[in-house]
Amino acid sequence: MDTTIRIKKLTKKFGKVVALNGVSLVIEPGAFLTLLGPSGCGKTTLLRCVAGLEDPDGGEIYIGNQLVFSYEKGISLPPSQRELGLVFQNYALWPHMKVDKNITFALEIQKMPKEEMNKRVKEALKEVQMEGYEDRYPREMSGGQQQRIALARMLAYRPKVFLMDEPLSNLDARLRMDMRSEIKRLHHVAGATTIYVTHDQVEALTMSTTIAVMKEGVIQQFDTPDKIYHFPGNLFVADFIGNPKVNLLKGLINGKDTVDLGSFKITAETFGATGNVVIGIRPEDIAISTQSSPGAVEFNAYSILPSGADTTIIARRGDMELNIRVMGISEIKMDEKVWLSFNPQTLNLYNKESGNLITS
Amino acid sequence: MTDASISQISLSQRLTANSRRFFRWLTKPQVLLSLLLVIIMFYMVIIPLYKLLSTTVTWQIVDVSRIEGAVEGEFTLYHWKRMTTGIFGKIYTLEPLTHSFTIAIGTVFLAMFIGGALAWLVVRTDMPRRNLINQLAVLPYIMPSWTLAQAWLVIFKNRTQGGAPGLFEYIVGQSPPDWLSYGPVPIIICVALHYYTFFYLFVSAALMSIDSNLEEAGELMGADRWRILRKITLPLVLPAMLSGFIMVFSKALGTFGTPNILGSPVRYYVLSTMMRGSLAAGDKADAFVLGIILILFSIVTISLNQRLIGTRRSYETIGGRGFVATPSKLRSWKKIIFVIVVAFQLAVLIIPLGLLTYDTFLLRSGDFSFDNLTLQNWIGEANPDYNDGQPGVLRNPRIWKTAWNSIRLALLTALFSGILGVLLGYSIVKGRGTRLSKMVEQMAYLPYVIPGIALGAVYIAMFSKPLGPIPSLYGTFALLVVVSIADKLPYSSRSGVSAMMQVGHELEEAAEIAGANVWQRFKQIIFPLTTAGFVSGFLLTFITVMRELSLIILLVTRDTQVLASQTMWYIENNLDQMANIVILILILITVTGNLIIGRFRGGSLQKGLVGR
Repeated sequence: MDTTIRIKKLTKKFGKVVALNGVSLVIEPGAFLTLLGPSGCGKTTLLRCVAGLEDPDGGEIYIGNQLVFSYEKGISLPPSQRELGLVFQNYALWPHMKVDKNITFALEIQKMPKEEMNKRVKEALKEVQMEGYEDRYPREMSGGQQQRIALARMLAYRPKVFLMDEPLSNLDARLRMDMRSEIKRLHHVAGATTIYVTHDQVEALTMSTTIAVMKEGVIQQFDTPDKIYHFPGNLFVADFIGNPKVNLLKGLINGKDTVDLGSFKITAETFGATGNVVIGIRPEDIAISTQSSPGAVEFNAYSILPSGADTTIIARRGDMELNIRVMGISEIKMDEKVWLSFNPQTLNLYNKESGNLITS
Repeated sequence: MTDASISQISLSQRLTANSRRFFRWLTKPQVLLSLLLVIIMFYMVIIPLYKLLSTTVTWQIVDVSRIEGAVEGEFTLYHWKRMTTGIFGKIYTLEPLTHSFTIAIGTVFLAMFIGGALAWLVVRTDMPRRNLINQLAVLPYIMPSWTLAQAWLVIFKNRTQGGAPGLFEYIVGQSPPDWLSYGPVPIIICVALHYYTFFYLFVSAALMSIDSNLEEAGELMGADRWRILRKITLPLVLPAMLSGFIMVFSKALGTFGTPNILGSPVRYYVLSTMMRGSLAAGDKADAFVLGIILILFSIVTISLNQRLIGTRRSYETIGGRGFVATPSKLRSWKKIIFVIVVAFQLAVLIIPLGLLTYDTFLLRSGDFSFDNLTLQNWIGEANPDYNDGQPGVLRNPRIWKTAWNSIRLALLTALFSGILGVLLGYSIVKGRGTRLSKMVEQMAYLPYVIPGIALGAVYIAMFSKPLGPIPSLYGTFALLVVVSIADKLPYSSRSGVSAMMQVGHELEEAAEIAGANVWQRFKQIIFPLTTAGFVSGFLLTFITVMRELSLIILLVTRDTQVLASQTMWYIENNLDQMANIVILILILITVTGNLIIGRFRGGSLQKGLVGR
């Protein structure tokens, strides 16, 4: 069964606000695509357009070979005919129905025989580890349990495509961790093409096979989590992904593979580019030492922020400030002199004007 | 990344696409419903208003025989000239207008003081028995507005108008002065004591949403209690005050029952009573001129309110979360204030009702001694010596029909209004931000500016002849139902909107994705989830329709008489004791209905009134 989702030049306006500005995407069957971006970037709108809850103002959407939306042809299949399931941010469990009624609602509409329905309820509850909760009302369960029921409700009618709109944002940090692995597992077992909306980069990086980073209704980068993290396509993506934040340093290309940062120079692959650039360096890609070594640059340890597994050190030199991340607890003290060294392989150079990554 | 090309299409395909898009827009449930509601409301509100206006500028059949050159149906400004200029204008328009204003302004300030003070005491202080006071405060609203007027007459009736004296004269031995018996003073007191409930509810809702930290911050900075009340609390409840102001002002401006009882006997006419007089005299166009004047003043007041508060729906609840408020300590004042509040409740509720009841057992009106007690007024057989030969109220078969009419009217109106409210709420909330949604909301709001008596007048103008597919409805029971539904539109839509707001749009979308069609969504998701709001709205409508007078007084006929208009009939025929019996029956039915309906699904009158 082909469940490739193809989105072509999708545009959606709310009054004068452009929520989607010509978005095009192809989502491979079985992929776990995360739409990632700050609030108001259009990620939820895109999801709702795929679901059929919003009518876009331009473009086309295919699910498999079926054209489910086309502005130009005036086609828009209602949500129920798109064979997809949606998990809402606030779960949207019907408060006046017990768990089993919530799950069988869609099945009853399909006029499924009763035994089959009961079987589906049992299976779905088992999949989300909520056996025995059939007779609870939503308000009688915790947020995490409601979340699982919302997932079970979607699983029970076996849609071709899973859509999830920030399903974990209302849970506490601990539960969110558990649910991440559960959802990833469910996707693995069901193999359904999934579109997942979140503003949480860790969720995106840990769960997806592909990430689309969005800003102001435009896709900034569409890539694997690994590529998104290590080779952010532009300054926005670089800045948005990573915690602690990426270090962005303004500089001027000086010679073949040297960037002048003002008080010191740094070696980097420039791919023949010239002029003003911004260097992006991940905090964990900077080596820090209390001993001087050739090529290392002297900084002052401005603040030390240990968090158990790792430590973030904020180092200053003049008005330049860098975040450095080291594993474990650091021995460095505040206001100590430190020497930083940079690995040219891990630096990304961005054109200062366009903000785009400079590549070969 | 992807093949983003979109196939080129021809002109005819584009046309098909456009019509498909239009059809899809049209068949969205909120759009289809909105359009349907717009058509219904157009018939119920817009056409009547137009008819009202057009009647005042055309010659009427009664004019033809009276005035030279009048041709029925032709355009004329005669009625406007007559009603606004010269001695005629002074007596028929200016004086009643002045009186209406006097009463509205007096009422608003008195009601504001009573309702505001009571709200503050109940919500913000450590006064004892606050729950009880809270319950009692809403009761006057359940009684017909002219109950207090009747009770007033039981006490202060004087013999200048003939008939029997009141309790005051019976005890003191002296006739109370005219200004105390009739006219603006008693009218204002009686109307204010009925409508203070609005202020009470609005202000207490607003007070409940104020974080007491705000007041405590002032206290920590050393402000005394009076200063805190004046500088912090009052400004915060000001919007609620203004909402109450507008509501009570426009209600008092159009009120009919009380001025008819306490004003008309001394020729103290207000716009509503004057309108009724003109209609009774057959001068429809003249009466409608007064109706339009009444509407104009309502519109002016409401737009002033919007200017002042700045939002169009400011009469709605002041939203906000509930906080645990620290009550102000009344300290040594506690007992005194409690006694005053209790005495007040006694004076406005228990004593009037008690006296009214006692009065119904008197054989000869005005003699309050025990040996004058009788059941004649209740169950006596027709006897030419008493009550103009009218039989006791309970023996009068017409009363049962009348009571049934009242109940039927209230139930039907409440049912239709409730359903209409949910549909209005759905269309408005689901379509938020679209022009259609705004239009529906504004149309539903329109009857708010039309005082009841004017709306009644409009319906005479409209339905006395067949209109489009609708036959002539004058004199039918259906007309009473339709006009009552129209009158309640703003409240239905408000409670529908607030009920829908509580049902997140995801709940319906989840059902849509699950494959439920519109009907299944309404039946299984939207209706069940709005039940509590529906019941509260139903209750409010039931009560207000039960005791509605000004709206239908112009429309009832012998066969469609309801209890409220029946009391007026008895009063106008000087059968006050029998009128009082009908009032008691009316209150009894309303309270019973309130108790029965209130049992369902957490509906409550207070919720219905405040709309949350």
